[in-house]
Amino acid sequence: MARTKQYIHTILICAGLIFYYGAYGLTNQQNNDNKAVIKITAKRFEYSPPVVELKKGVPVTLELTALDRIHGFNVPGLGLRADVPPGQTVHVDLLPDKAGQYIFLCDIFCGNGHGEMNGVIVVKD
Amino acid sequence: MSLNRRDFIKLATYGGAVFSTGLIGKNVFAKTGEQDEFYFVQLSDTHWGFNDKKFNADPEGTLPRAIELVNQLDPQPDFIVFTGDLTHTTDDPNIRRKRMAEFQDIARKLNTRNVRYMPGEHDASLDNGEAYKEFFGDLNYTFDHKGIHFIALDNVSDPRARLGDSQLAWLSEDLNQRTKDAPIVVLTHRPLFDLAPEWGWSTQDGAKAIELLMPFENVTVFYGHIHQEHHHQTGHIPHHSARSLIFPLPVPGSVEKKHKIAWDDAQPYRGLGIRNIETTLPGAAFDLHEINIKKG
Repeated sequence: MARTKQYIHTILICAGLIFYYGAYGLTNQQNNDNKAVIKITAKRFEYSPPVVELKKGVPVTLELTALDRIHGFNVPGLGLRADVPPGQTVHVDLLPDKAGQYIFLCDIFCGNGHGEMNGVIVVKD
Repeated sequence: MSLNRRDFIKLATYGGAVFSTGLIGKNVFAKTGEQDEFYFVQLSDTHWGFNDKKFNADPEGTLPRAIELVNQLDPQPDFIVFTGDLTHTTDDPNIRRKRMAEFQDIARKLNTRNVRYMPGEHDASLDNGEAYKEFFGDLNYTFDHKGIHFIALDNVSDPRARLGDSQLAWLSEDLNQRTKDAPIVVLTHRPLFDLAPEWGWSTQDGAKAIELLMPFENVTVFYGHIHQEHHHQTGHIPHHSARSLIFPLPVPGSVEKKHKIAWDDAQPYRGLGIRNIETTLPGAAFDLHEINIKKG
């Protein structure tokens, strides 16, 4: 009985971690500079994950890939933008220095639904 | 031509409420010697082909209703301008052309024959304006009307929402032929200034166009794209966006994420309308009159 409880406990923790990392894009990798690497994929008309949580003052690298066609990755509030062509991996370094929510959007028109293709970077203190 | 407010008020009897913005500005004709009042009509963002009734329960009836409203204006406007997104986007080039042909057929019902078209990103961004040009002609152009120089800019056929260096050079060359006090109206689809870049409500190199326009004393910009009336000033240059004829969008920054505003059966056609733009002497540079689309 105690072992069963322990299994359930472990499964719940794992499920929680999968949800947390999956839904909010916290990284499970680091690059050569020891920066956390956050993978973001783009396809019509969504980014995955749609919410990326960062910690203020902690540098990260955003690793961007497009799954279908070229998309833009624009974070006006942070002064970041990049083209993300299909078949390429695009790296964008970011040092978030101010807490807040920063919308990112596709700024290369990609069809019906383009206007709703966006996500948010949440920078926490 | 004598045009007074009574002509617009008369519209209320046809079911279109009238709102006058009454913008105060310089008399753009003061130094030009041109003394001919006139008005034109701005229609925008008709999105012909959009068919989600959650956001417009009358998607095929709204544009014809707007055209009927324009045809009831007495006197008729000197000309009409559509500031982009004539059609709703589609991946299928054949459907795109079909929508443009249907739109053109409906627009031909306008009694005023002088109609100017402009592309929006829904018309032109997926094929760099190829289909649009087949139906409506040049993506950017100029024309003169009763002493005012009109410049239609294309900030949509580049899917990155840029005017581009060659169009900016073309604009610069055109402006070089104007005197500093020449009355100039710029027509665009997207805002030239950074209204809400996080919602795609900007032009990547729009600041360069504004910089070119800034030395000119009498410039006014009319645009669409944001599906609502909005007024902004960059230096001495006013920018006025028009409402849509398909669905409204929220006030910039009023909600976390941009979304279409749902149709409300209790207030059909809410937020949809046309605009009369009247030159007046003396006094305001332009008077804007917003007319609602209404049932009945």
